[in-house]
Amino acid sequence: MKSRKLSIPYIVWMLVFTMIPLVMIGITAFTDKSGGFSLEPFQKAFTYTNVFLKSLWIAFLSTLISLILAYPLAYMLARMKKSSQNTFVMLLMIPMWMNFLLRIYAWIILLQKNGPLDLALSILGIHGSYIGNTAAVVVGMVYEYLPFMVLPIYTVMCKIDPSLIEAAQDLGSNGFDVFRKVIFPLSVPGIISGITMVFVPSASTFLVSQYLGGTDDIMIGDVIDKIFWTDQNTGSAISLILMIFIFAFLVLMNLFGDEEAIA
Amino acid sequence: MEQTAKKTIVSLKDIFVRFDGEVILNHISLDIHEKEFVTILGPSGCGKTTTLRIIGGFVEPESGDVIFDGRRINGTPPNKRNVNTVFQKYSLFPHLNVFDNVAFGLKLKKLPKDEIKRRVSKMLATVDLKGYEKRSVSTLSGGQQQRVAIARALVCDPDIILLDEPLGALDLKLRKCMQLELKEIQRSTEKTFIYVTHDQEEALTMSDRVVVMNNGAIEQVGTPEDIYNEPVNAFVADFIGEANILNGTMIDDCRIRILGRELECVDKGFGRNTPVDVVIRPEDIIITKPETGQLVGVVESSTFKGVHYEMSIRVGKCEIIVQSTKSAEIGSTVGMMVVPFNIQIMNKLLPFYDNIIETVVTGADEADNSFEFRLEDESVTVPGHYYPEGTRLRITLPPDALSLAGDGDGDIDDVYIESVVYKGEHNEIILESDERKWLMLSDVDEQVATYVPLSFDFSKAGFEVLDPEPAETEG
Repeated sequence: MKSRKLSIPYIVWMLVFTMIPLVMIGITAFTDKSGGFSLEPFQKAFTYTNVFLKSLWIAFLSTLISLILAYPLAYMLARMKKSSQNTFVMLLMIPMWMNFLLRIYAWIILLQKNGPLDLALSILGIHGSYIGNTAAVVVGMVYEYLPFMVLPIYTVMCKIDPSLIEAAQDLGSNGFDVFRKVIFPLSVPGIISGITMVFVPSASTFLVSQYLGGTDDIMIGDVIDKIFWTDQNTGSAISLILMIFIFAFLVLMNLFGDEEAIA
Repeated sequence: MEQTAKKTIVSLKDIFVRFDGEVILNHISLDIHEKEFVTILGPSGCGKTTTLRIIGGFVEPESGDVIFDGRRINGTPPNKRNVNTVFQKYSLFPHLNVFDNVAFGLKLKKLPKDEIKRRVSKMLATVDLKGYEKRSVSTLSGGQQQRVAIARALVCDPDIILLDEPLGALDLKLRKCMQLELKEIQRSTEKTFIYVTHDQEEALTMSDRVVVMNNGAIEQVGTPEDIYNEPVNAFVADFIGEANILNGTMIDDCRIRILGRELECVDKGFGRNTPVDVVIRPEDIIITKPETGQLVGVVESSTFKGVHYEMSIRVGKCEIIVQSTKSAEIGSTVGMMVVPFNIQIMNKLLPFYDNIIETVVTGADEADNSFEFRLEDESVTVPGHYYPEGTRLRITLPPDALSLAGDGDGDIDDVYIESVVYKGEHNEIILESDERKWLMLSDVDEQVATYVPLSFDFSKAGFEVLDPEPAETEG
């Protein structure tokens, strides 16, 4: 009984700030400007199909690259001395304390014409701006979300019982076998969790592409950002479609991992 | 003894192991024969698991040789040793089912699929887990997980199976059952089992030979009967089974004095008037009429234990435990008889009784009537006595002048408790500091293999001024 009473404020919170807004977005997505039922917002939303696909593609690339970079890092971290582990995790976290926009601006400066990258490459006789393309967007996203990939994998790897590694060695595994047959399979929940934590926000992010991308690198988050003030109905419809995509993605991920990975 | 004729499969020669400056194994040597069930027995922290891990290849000794089948295998990694381990917490792979756990080692050997299947099925049948192939290991009970762990080690057909307290997590009834099962599996598979435990009953039940360890050293190796009937010292006698361990004096060959009485015994060669430890098992004491007893005492308590009564009988200040099928009346005076053969005489664990410190006074305060000396890099202040600086002293501290500092601030810190033996009156506790050993009397039982601060009560100490010896400096 006691626990139920304690949960009342949270239930109210969820109702006011989660359920009701969700229903309102649902209603808005199916109405036109005059307030009557209409499928027009969805018709308009589907004119942004290309942007949708591009967003998913960028999110996919960012997630993949994050995973490739994060996995070995997490593996090495988990095998370090405890004190060095803490230092490295700290270093990984510190950029996240910096304002999101500042970090994007930093990348603009790094990649722009006459920026450090340009100057470095000009030694080889290559000139130009490295901003305003899909690659720059992906770089920005990877930088933004890499810690969210490293931390869950690192946490799962730390939890692997060292005696399992000993058991595998005892049964005849060399270093690579231990990784292939024990460490990797046991780190899958961390990978799934990391993918979820990177893919979902990067699919719906905005501003990164506006600052780092070219004209055709506009992402769905930016579209919502732009049109919501003038056309709430279409904005809501796009949001709803995005939500369904993300939900489908989470269900898919759930098939591979257990519930804790999605939380 | 049939074991002696057998071939040695693994031998440890003068193994020395140290972690962070702390000696774990102090030059131990041990031969293990083919097809035998050897148990390494000792209190926690005695180095028994480290010994096992050296054979498994998980720990490299600082010095000494590990000889396997006549070949030195120091530095050979675990995966290249024909040895498999059953780990303390089973360490089953949680992402694999029962079949894949057991097949793990065979798959690494790249055996054909149908052979793996055949061998795994056969092994699961041996451990009574037929039909569990597809089960997830997390759905198994403790006993079942245990059997999967055993099957996983056995199926690889190793020369030696190492078992690190594998029954520790099971409840008593299941443990007893598994003990017999393990012994049976060992007999039928004809493998060498090296088993580590701190449970003396487990060791006696299963083993062909028992290795008793304490404080990084092997105390005794022998058959369970040997270890029980002929313990080499008070530590082993105390650790294995119930025992009355008493201080005695060997008067001459076959004559021993305990509790103020002279008794006949069968041991020889200890020398005249030598202090010794005496072991008498509770079941070897016969209750008689007071007039005919070798020892006379008053029955203080009697507890029914099922098969027998366990009586506590006070002889003077000393408590003797007696097991008998008939109970004597509490408060009555009874006699006790022991046949000479059942009186086991052992050398003392320590060659001294009083703790003697020879030192030089490093500081003195006449007004305060005190002086100081250095003991193992710590300065010790002795109140109530004054000797001028530079005096050479012999300080004699009887065992009851030592105590564990309750406030955590002792004269010497971090003293290791090596053994605690109840001598009928007090516990005799042997302590080890950096440079020496100490004997302490205590009425409280202490946990061995822990570090404690030690205090001295100098009001019980004796002081003797020695002749100055100019060449020597102490410090």
